[in-house]
Amino acid sequence: MYLGKVIGTVVCTAKNPVLEGKKILVVQPLDPQGRPSGKPVIALDSVGAGAGETIYWCRGREASFAWYPAEVPTEATIVAIVDRVNVPGGSKLEPGGRK
Amino acid sequence: MLLARVVGTVVATRKDPRLEGKKLLVVKTVTPDGKDDGNYFVAVDTVEAGFRETVLIVTGGSARMAAECKDRPVDTAIIGIVDTVRLDDEKAVVASARK
Repeated sequence: MYLGKVIGTVVCTAKNPVLEGKKILVVQPLDPQGRPSGKPVIALDSVGAGAGETIYWCRGREASFAWYPAEVPTEATIVAIVDRVNVPGGSKLEPGGRK
Repeated sequence: MLLARVVGTVVATRKDPRLEGKKLLVVKTVTPDGKDDGNYFVAVDTVEAGFRETVLIVTGGSARMAAECKDRPVDTAIIGIVDTVRLDDEKAVVASARK
């Protein structure tokens, strides 16, 4: 699983029926210090994350297990909203939260 | 999941019988702000996407979970047609649609 920050939203009207009612967000992956690491990804939201929040997300086939036993075609899912990260040297990650 | 733009079609007469009747499209990945990413995929279309539309694709094992792709040899599926992508740090809304 990876840390990330919600930086945007995607709107699709025509979509696979399994995706109906699910929120699609743009996530910038972060390292534990809070710096961007890698390209933004498109992720489904399973926890009600919002703009600017620090989250963690999982990738791969496991991403669809957030809705198990439903089979949702996603390979990146936001599975938690981060409150705090403790790492040696400190982290600049802010508590998740809308401002 | 990734954003991509439909740039072509693939026609195959001889193929796995479980792919019969499936539309295959060539898609080129794009970043959330609409720039070309340089990667290409051949994707099975599940949402009737058209030429030049911006779409949402899912890759890997999760692609098989898309409706119409269960138990088929598919690892990239188009699961949505993107209306807009909104990034928090930009006022502009990246619209896709047919051009």
